[in-house]
Formats: sequence, structure tokens, C-alpha cells
Amino acid sequence: MTIRAENISKRYFRKTGQANYFEAVKPLSLTLEEGAVTVLMGRSGGGKTTLLHMLSGLLTPTGGKVWLGDTDLYALPDARLSRLRGEKIGVVPQGRSAIDTLTVLENVLLPGRLCGQPKSRETALQWLDTLEIGHLAEARPAALSGGELRRMAIARALIQEPQILLADEPTGDLDDASTHLALSLLQKAAHEGGKTVFLVTHENDARDYADRLYRMDDGALR
Amino acid sequence: MNAFSLAIKNLIRKPGRTAALTLLTAFLALSVFGGSLVVGSLRRGLGSLESRLGADIIVLPASAQSKVSFEKLLLQGTTGAFYMDASSLESVREVAGVEVAAPQTFLASLKADCCAVKVQVIGMDPATDFVVQPWIAQSYGRQLTYMDVAVGCKVEADVGETLRIYDENCHVVARLAPTGTGLDTAVYCSMDTMNHLLAAAEAKGVSHKITTDSEDTISAIYVKVKDGYDIDQVNSRLNGHVRKATAVRTRSMLTQVSDSLAGVSRTVSLLIAAVWVLSLIILLIAFAMMAAERRREFAVLRLIGTSRRGLCRLILTESGLCSLAGGLIGIGAAAAVVFPFTTLIETQLGLPYLTPDAKTMALLAAATLVLTVGIGALASGWSALRLSRVDPGATLREGA
Repeated sequence: MTIRAENISKRYFRKTGQANYFEAVKPLSLTLEEGAVTVLMGRSGGGKTTLLHMLSGLLTPTGGKVWLGDTDLYALPDARLSRLRGEKIGVVPQGRSAIDTLTVLENVLLPGRLCGQPKSRETALQWLDTLEIGHLAEARPAALSGGELRRMAIARALIQEPQILLADEPTGDLDDASTHLALSLLQKAAHEGGKTVFLVTHENDARDYADRLYRMDDGALR
Repeated sequence: MNAFSLAIKNLIRKPGRTAALTLLTAFLALSVFGGSLVVGSLRRGLGSLESRLGADIIVLPASAQSKVSFEKLLLQGTTGAFYMDASSLESVREVAGVEVAAPQTFLASLKADCCAVKVQVIGMDPATDFVVQPWIAQSYGRQLTYMDVAVGCKVEADVGETLRIYDENCHVVARLAPTGTGLDTAVYCSMDTMNHLLAAAEAKGVSHKITTDSEDTISAIYVKVKDGYDIDQVNSRLNGHVRKATAVRTRSMLTQVSDSLAGVSRTVSLLIAAVWVLSLIILLIAFAMMAAERRREFAVLRLIGTSRRGLCRLILTESGLCSLAGGLIGIGAAAAVVFPFTTLIETQLGLPYLTPDAKTMALLAAATLVLTVGIGALASGWSALRLSRVDPGATLREGA
């Protein structure tokens, strides 16, 4: 399944020089192909995360459209968009994204249970083992390091086998070995699983996993 | 895991937050249920007093003291006695507009060996009484005969037992329904029994005589006014016609009680309103703070497919469960505070106080619970609505 951004942009109201708005993402068009890893690199504050959130249906663009296959994402009512996101889009957000009151295992199982497509405990444990945090399954997120939390978020995105995988700095807190492991898993999901994978990263190593590479600075795609 | 089980986990695994919200709502429920219970009991007490007085006018001995004693007897159950010549009864009956005049005679028993309990004994004439007998009829289907007594619900004597008053044994034949007034601590008998007890009291040195003939004294005359007559006019005529006696409209007596009750009721209602407003503000702030603290958590839930409505449902479920638990705790606490101290409240307020029946209390508890959960939903609903309108992408970006 492809994601197609059609002339999308995002403005925030903020006094900037002569203008009273700040253009985080300037109008751009982009297509993410299935079975391929698309990597987006660029300086901090360049609009990468904003673009990822717009592609995942989390942030309404100021202008333009986002198509998931034939579906105009932002034309959908919230309930349908949310269900679609739960079923077809796996997102690894930047920073902490755990529900603190649940264990690591419960966090990984949560998306499936909320959208009515629950995965088994064994499947979740397998993903946690693959990401080398199986021993932390019953721990609460507060006890985990940044890198462990990031791997938990990757497991949570992968377990539902979504058709689209969008990851924002997925290797941000990871050491070299874990970075390699995480990127390999995402590449495998694209190449072997036919998923559409989009990575936003500072990590130069990510270039090696990219089928398509973009750079974004000052809200503009190059 | 659905929204409900997620809400349960959130509540259990954040015990401090849960306890704070539950305590807040418990305090709200306590004040509402407790306050309503006190006000309801006072209102029911007044209603009971109205139906127990049942007369349009009461004629009492002329001394101001007799009116004060009578009110204390009615409201606080204080024992006392005051007498006037029985010929006053005939004078009352002579007045135009008087339909029925029923005498009562009071006698206070002693806290001494001769008496089992210190109570107010009230004698009435079964032939003319229209005040006490309908009440007695609720518990005892026959007229009181010689040396039979009916006891108020607070008198420590059971049906079938013998009650010793001035060394005379009276047979308890009925236990009367509660009135929430001083009448609950009284003992009722027919006038022939009362005459016998008056003589026995005289023998023990307790004088009640105002004449040499003990059978010629009475304490109060209850008057029912004929239809078509103005009660105030009849009252004035009685005051002019009956010597050494004062006629008092029962309505004026009730108005004083009613005014006092309105004062207490107003104070309690104001307190309840203040607690409600304060609780609503505190809950709004608490939920707003909680929502701010959990913005990222809610954004993550949106990220993994929870809809705006689903998020609102989760927040409302959490607040609903907290409010429900708080409501139940508050109602339980109010019951634990109010019920054991009923007598103390009654004594302190000095007003008729009759606890509502079980059905009314259940309805009051249910209403309190609905209001408590409602106010929790109102306070959290506002936060839920605000949160659901936020783009999760913006929140995730802020906290990253």
C-alpha cells in the first residue's frame, strides 16, 4: 500500500519576522512505495517529524492531501481515521511513548487489543526477544532505559504487521548493535513483508538501509 | 484489553492519583448525603409534629411558663406538668365555633425507686380525644382501658411488660410509631388511669392539685374549630372567655418551629451548595492537571488507534469509577456519622427530628450517587473534550 502526499504543508501561528506564522513544512508532494524503505534525513527543526505526523494521520495539514491507497486520510471522520491508523499504520514516535501504568508486554499488546485484532502473548514475547528486551516483559516502563523504551516502541509497531511503518528517530537512543538490529528489522519488513517503511533519522548508518533517500531542511524536501 | 480494563489498570496502578480523586468525591457525597439527611429528618419531624398536634387551638394554663414547658415537652421530651381547673373545659366548650374540646392531663414520673423510668405521662379522655387516639390506633386497634398504657418509641418498655409509675403497675399494650418529637418519650393512658396515677403521685408527695379534688385538674385542652368559623376569632373568644388560661393557635407554635427549621435548613443548604461549588472547582482543576500530566499518554493512545470518542470514554470511565467509589464511601461515611449521633443532633438542634424511612433514604443515597458521578463526569468531560480536540501529532512533537 502506498502513501501519497499531495502538495501538503503545515503552518503554525507564530510571529516570525514579517510573518505571523511559521511554515514548518512547505508545500511538497511525496510518494512512499510499498516494499521499499524511504529514509528522510535533515537538520533538527527542519520539519521531518511534522511531515511524518501528517503522513500518519496524526496531524492535520494546513494544505494538501494525504492518500493511503485510494483513501483521502483527512477526509475521513475521526473514528474511521483512528481505526485505519490502528489497523494499517504502525508508528514509532520520537521520545517516550509508553503507557506508564502498563507493563512492557501490555504496552506491546495494547494496539491489537484496542482495535479488536489482539495478538497472542507468545507473539509479543517473540518480538520482545527479537529486540533483546524479552527479559523486561513484565517490567513497568519507568524501569527501562531510553534505548529499551525505543525497542519496546518498535516491537509495538511491528507486532500488528501494519502495511505502513513510520518511524521517527527509531535508533535515537540505541547503541550500534541495537541500531543495526532495529534497522535490519524495518528493512526486512519492507523487503520481505512488502511493507511501506518510512524512516526519519539523523543516523548516517540509515543510508545503508534506504531504497530511497530524501533530505529535508527548513520545511523543504530535496 | 478494552477501554474499561485499561481504565481499571490506570486506576489501580496510580493509587495516589486515584485516592485523591476518590477522596474528593467522597467528601462531596458525604456533605450532600449527610446534609440532606439532616434537613430531610427535620422536615419529616415538622410534618410529624403537625399531624400529632392535630388541633386548631391549644388552651393552656395562663402562666407563660406553661407554654414554654409545653413546647419543651413537645420538642425536647422534657418532663413537666402544669395544671388548670377542669372547669375550664366546660368554658371552652361554651365558646361559639368550638367543635370538639379534648382535655389532656400531664404527670411527670420520677427518677426514683417508685418509677421504672422518668417519663412524661399523658392522660386523655377516650370519649373526646382526637389527637392521640388516631396515632395509638396505628399500633393498637382498641381503646386504652384502665391501667393500660401506650408508650412512645423511645420509652424503654416493651408490649406485654409492666411499667411501674408511682408504685402502680401499668400494662404496656402498645408501642407507638416514632414522631421525631418529645412525644416519643411519653407514656399515654386514659383519664381514669391518669386520675389513679395522680392520686398515687399525691401519696408520694408530688402535688399537682390546684383544688382539693384531684380529679378536677387538667393540663391542656385541644380544640378543633367548626367549619366556617375563623380560627383566630375563636382563639380570641377563648382568651376572653376562659379564665386563667391562654389559647394558642397551633399554627403559631408550628410557625416558630418551622422558622427555626427553615434557618437550619437554609444554613445546611448553603453549606451543601458551597461544598458543591468548591468540589466542582477542585475537581475541574484536578482533572485539568491530570489531563496536562497525561497529555503524552493520551497522544500515544491516539497514535495506536484510539479515536477521540474512545479517549473521552476512557477518561470518563476512569472518573466515573473514581466518583462511584467516592460516592459510595461518602454515603457510607455520612451514614456512619449521622445515624449514631441522631439523638445528639436532635438534642443540639432542639427541633423535631424524624429520620426518613428506608425507601426515602435509599432514594436519597441513589440521588447523591448520581449527582456525585455526574459532577465527576462534568469535570472530567471538560478535560476530555479539550484533550480530544488536540492534534496528537502536536503533543508528541512538544514532548519529544
